[in-house]
Amino acid sequence: MSKNSLVSISDYSKEEILSILDSAANFEANPNRKTLDGKVIATLFFEPSTRTRLSFETAVIRLGGSIIGFSDAATSSSSKGETLNDTIHMVSCYADAIVMRHPLEGAARYASEVSPVPIINAGDGANQHPSQTLLDMYSILKTQGTLENLNICLVGDLKYGRTVHSLIMAMSYFNPTFKFIAPEELKMPDEYKIFCKKNGIKYTEETELTGNFNDADILYMTRVQRERFQDLMEYERVKNVYTLKKEMLENSKPNLRILHPLPRVTEIDPNVDTSEKAYYFQQAQNGLYIRQAIVSKVLNQQ
Amino acid sequence: MEKKLKVAALRDGTVIDHIPSDKLFKVVQILHLDTCDNQITLANNLESKKIGSKGLVKIADRALEEDETNKIALIAPNAKINIIKDFEVVEKRPLILPEEIREIVQCGNPNCITNHQPVTTRFKVMKNEEELMLKCIYCEREVKRDQAKIR
Ligand SMILES: [Zn+2]
Repeated sequence: MSKNSLVSISDYSKEEILSILDSAANFEANPNRKTLDGKVIATLFFEPSTRTRLSFETAVIRLGGSIIGFSDAATSSSSKGETLNDTIHMVSCYADAIVMRHPLEGAARYASEVSPVPIINAGDGANQHPSQTLLDMYSILKTQGTLENLNICLVGDLKYGRTVHSLIMAMSYFNPTFKFIAPEELKMPDEYKIFCKKNGIKYTEETELTGNFNDADILYMTRVQRERFQDLMEYERVKNVYTLKKEMLENSKPNLRILHPLPRVTEIDPNVDTSEKAYYFQQAQNGLYIRQAIVSKVLNQQ
Repeated sequence: MEKKLKVAALRDGTVIDHIPSDKLFKVVQILHLDTCDNQITLANNLESKKIGSKGLVKIADRALEEDETNKIALIAPNAKINIIKDFEVVEKRPLILPEEIREIVQCGNPNCITNHQPVTTRFKVMKNEEELMLKCIYCEREVKRDQAKIR
């Protein structure tokens, strides 16, 4: 079992988070280095996620490392019934670290228990996706100059959206004030509100997205997916109400930045893209530097 | 009188008393008594002033270990454990819910790795606003202690 794995954002202390963000800034200044020369990183994608896989693979290649792996479980030995335990043991014979995405929740924690090399969780079902959380934080830090005392507005699917749950956990070190804006069906689950109360984090809740984020520093949008709704009429209504339009930004703070884990569907109108407050494309690019920082930390090559 | 006799009839071993009647066979299961070769006496639906109806387990010639009896704490927290030697109670053992519960609880999340691969389940015991919760260390979902599914 390797102690260096990154499975859940809660595996990292406040200091470790800050050091990753610091390291990402260094990689942004100088992304091409040969610190992983001779290292082999496996990317095991038991379910496809081109965006995340390309980001990790580019991070490794820009550091001089090599990639092995698969991008779809159908082409892997697990489709022949091999257990995850056996796949991990087999791959760890070849690779110095494993980046893994798996459709089952807890798969990454289990892999980290049986693996002799570090595991980096690139998403386990609806559970955790720590590199996304860290790149969100890096984007917040870059655009606001600080992580402390920010007003953060989380919008959309707050029930199933794992990125917002992890963001609450990770931001809890920095005295944020949250506003949760979600339709009734997709409200923030109680366990995260209890978490906020326990940690002295202020939050309010609203059910409509209007211009009600004028004191916000960060507007974090998430995808509202049709399959989350039992009542399709309700989905159609919500879909129209939960679309961010450029006009809504009129009275927002000048430092407001809009984040979105991407891909988006209809929740951000394309006319927002030209606003200087739209930050979601740069946010995706920040993922590269964060993943360079993560892979380097996991392999002690900082 | 009757009850005293039953306990006294055991020379050496373990007596587990005050098990809620509907939990007796879960206790049997958790302690793997079905594969234990010692002499075992089970009684159920006995009258109890405290809990109405109770079950009782006596295991001859075997003093259960603490980590075994603590497994019972999850489903029968008020059960009484007595270790008997030479017809005497030599130890009244308090039940302590362990910090981590292995194997005996099944994760309620159908999408959890433990429900798909040969993985021993592990749950962290946590307190959430005075309520005891079990958190799956794999999928990180929480369940209330009294809603935990026993395998
Ligand atoms: Zn689980």
